[in-house]
Amino acid sequence: MAGNAWRSTVSRVVGAMKSQASHPRTFSRGLQTVTLIPGDGIGPEISTAVMKIFEAAKAPIQWEERNVTAIKGPGGKWMIPTEAKDSMDKSKIGLKGPLKTPIAAGHPSMNLLLRKTFDLYANVRPCVSIEGYKTPYTDVDLVTIRENTEGEYSGIEHVIVDGVVQSIKLITEEASQRIAEYAFEYARNNQRASVTAVHKANIMRMSDGLFLRKCREVAENFKDIKFTEMYLDTVCLNMVQDPTQFDVLVMPNLYGDILSDLCAGLIGGLGVTPSGNIGANGVAIFESVHGTAPDIAGKDLANPTALLLSAVMMLRHMGLHGQAKKIETACFDTIRDKKVLTKDLGGNSKCSEFTGEICRRVQDME
Amino acid sequence: MMQVLYYAYLLLKAACNTLADSFLPLINLCSLPPPAKYGGRHTVTLIPGDGIGPELLTHVRELFRFCCVPVDFEIVSIDSKSTSDDDMNNAITAIRRNGVALKGNIETNHNLPPSHISRNNILRTSLDLYANVIHCQTLPGVRTRHRDVDIIIIRENTEGEYSSLEHENVPGVVECLKIITRKKSLRIAEYAFNAARQNGRRRVTAVHKANIMKLGDGLFLQCCKEVAAGYPEITFDSMIVDNTTMQLVSKPQQFDVMVMPNLYGSVISNVCAGLVGGPGLVPGANYGKDYAVFETATRNTGKSIANKNIANPTATLLASCLMLDHLRLHGYASMIRKAILATVSETRLHTADLGGQGTTSEVVQSVMREIESKGPRTSEQI
Repeated sequence: MAGNAWRSTVSRVVGAMKSQASHPRTFSRGLQTVTLIPGDGIGPEISTAVMKIFEAAKAPIQWEERNVTAIKGPGGKWMIPTEAKDSMDKSKIGLKGPLKTPIAAGHPSMNLLLRKTFDLYANVRPCVSIEGYKTPYTDVDLVTIRENTEGEYSGIEHVIVDGVVQSIKLITEEASQRIAEYAFEYARNNQRASVTAVHKANIMRMSDGLFLRKCREVAENFKDIKFTEMYLDTVCLNMVQDPTQFDVLVMPNLYGDILSDLCAGLIGGLGVTPSGNIGANGVAIFESVHGTAPDIAGKDLANPTALLLSAVMMLRHMGLHGQAKKIETACFDTIRDKKVLTKDLGGNSKCSEFTGEICRRVQDME
Repeated sequence: MMQVLYYAYLLLKAACNTLADSFLPLINLCSLPPPAKYGGRHTVTLIPGDGIGPELLTHVRELFRFCCVPVDFEIVSIDSKSTSDDDMNNAITAIRRNGVALKGNIETNHNLPPSHISRNNILRTSLDLYANVIHCQTLPGVRTRHRDVDIIIIRENTEGEYSSLEHENVPGVVECLKIITRKKSLRIAEYAFNAARQNGRRRVTAVHKANIMKLGDGLFLQCCKEVAAGYPEITFDSMIVDNTTMQLVSKPQQFDVMVMPNLYGSVISNVCAGLVGGPGLVPGANYGKDYAVFETATRNTGKSIANKNIANPTATLLASCLMLDHLRLHGYASMIRKAILATVSETRLHTADLGGQGTTSEVVQSVMREIESKGPRTSEQI
């Protein structure tokens, strides 16, 4: 009896300690290990660029390079190599370059495999207009948070009879709660004023209705953040007319896919957009979302901005705001100056020259 | 004798269809408009809807009376707050009787239980209005970030994600079914290519997500490819929906005609409407084999601006012109359309959604004045 009481106290304390571990950690001293997955195509060169810039900024990061390929594990299930998984489980933070998915390879896409392995349930994409890279839209400053595990991408499809196909969209209470909580916590931790739930509950009454209900419930616990809800089509309509009215957007999988790419298009495309995936158990993998660009791989022409901004997002997640700001400012200043730009940004410098310029600016800021 | 009559009827129908194919601009190809009864006047069902619908449709009636358009409106109200189906059944019967309708958007209160399906959706599926056609064009005098946008969006209107088939097998786990059928995909693809051919368009783009929804969107894409084979003069390509939205906000001029399933249609049509100036400018049409319903492209209720005289009537007025074209009253349609476009190009008459301070009634008055100065007959002069 006394033993039981003692055991329950211990488990409560351990539980409290474990929950603290899931919050972003602050590192005041010591090196933090980050698992680096260079990826394919231009992946290795942009990863090298990011490592160089971090070195110039004297960021307390120790990189652990790992490669991910799909291997067949015991029982016939596809999985990533054990060294990669172990490294990520230990370090909890990852930075990933673009991975290619060969068609008809027999295994699911690498991104999907990573998502399943680490239960990466939230995809976060902050979209901020880059001064110096002109698009028709200025002053964009919003964040899209997309539920990444279920919804329309559950992959459950059947042919009912010949010529009739049904795809199943799955919405669960648990996942909706989890993503809503993450969205509000993100808003609070990053001083954002409002969270908007994007849905289509007028048509998909039960599924999006459930998602919306969960968001409303979670909003009750975060009274300091304004909560609004808006239909997907209204968001699209208003987004292309006036994107400044949006702050943090939270939504299920498909809408998130479309809207996050729409917002990336507003600021200049996938080549300059950072992205982060948050998983259960405190794992976070930051990545560049563009393709592997095999046509320019190895030619020193790639633009490392997307991976660099994702790495900056990673620093912020770890609490290293000062370092993050320094590197981000150096990057934006370089782009704004327009003297040394890679081809896709409108210049004709090499990747190494662009990287060198950013390193120089970072060092000048010391 | 009966057989002879039947064959004669079939021949007449085929002849009319061919005639319809030859000169109707961007109008439903297979349906005949109902013949004008009662002294050459058409009867059209009018569903006011909620929000800004009633006031804007009143302006349409005012304008038609002013121009002596031979159309009488049969007004059928649908109370969005009631849960009974009587209103809906009345409206559907009225549209079946008249063949053509002009409507405002009916609000869906999504705090009601899930069995209460969207009224707009019920209308579309009961009448099998399978094609939603939206033509987004940059209008002169409206300042937008992108110039020279001219996209025709053809959206499958009855199946896909809007099938309203949902269930909760286990508490806390909801499944929503998205249905794609070969028959409806072929039908909408056929419509799209036919419309492209008739309007001299060179390229049709299918929008999909077949890399993820391999069976569902894969079937849709395959149907489009099959239909494309029968139209060799038209280029057919496909694009994944997220890439499409990215391309639309950076380079919308690359698109010509786009065909897609229901949900992507909602997203793309709203993005395109936003690109050319907003929800107040773009009309939309829903065509079925036997019926046609006209409304605004983005289907907004506009609750927050209702009854304040600040809503932009352009979309609703242009939708009524599409309706007149459908009824073969081309003279009236082009007269009213020209007047609307002349009014829209005047910046001082722009309503709040276009950044101006004009009122709805000012816009409508201006359209009437424009018609008066150009048109042959108005009710004042008779």
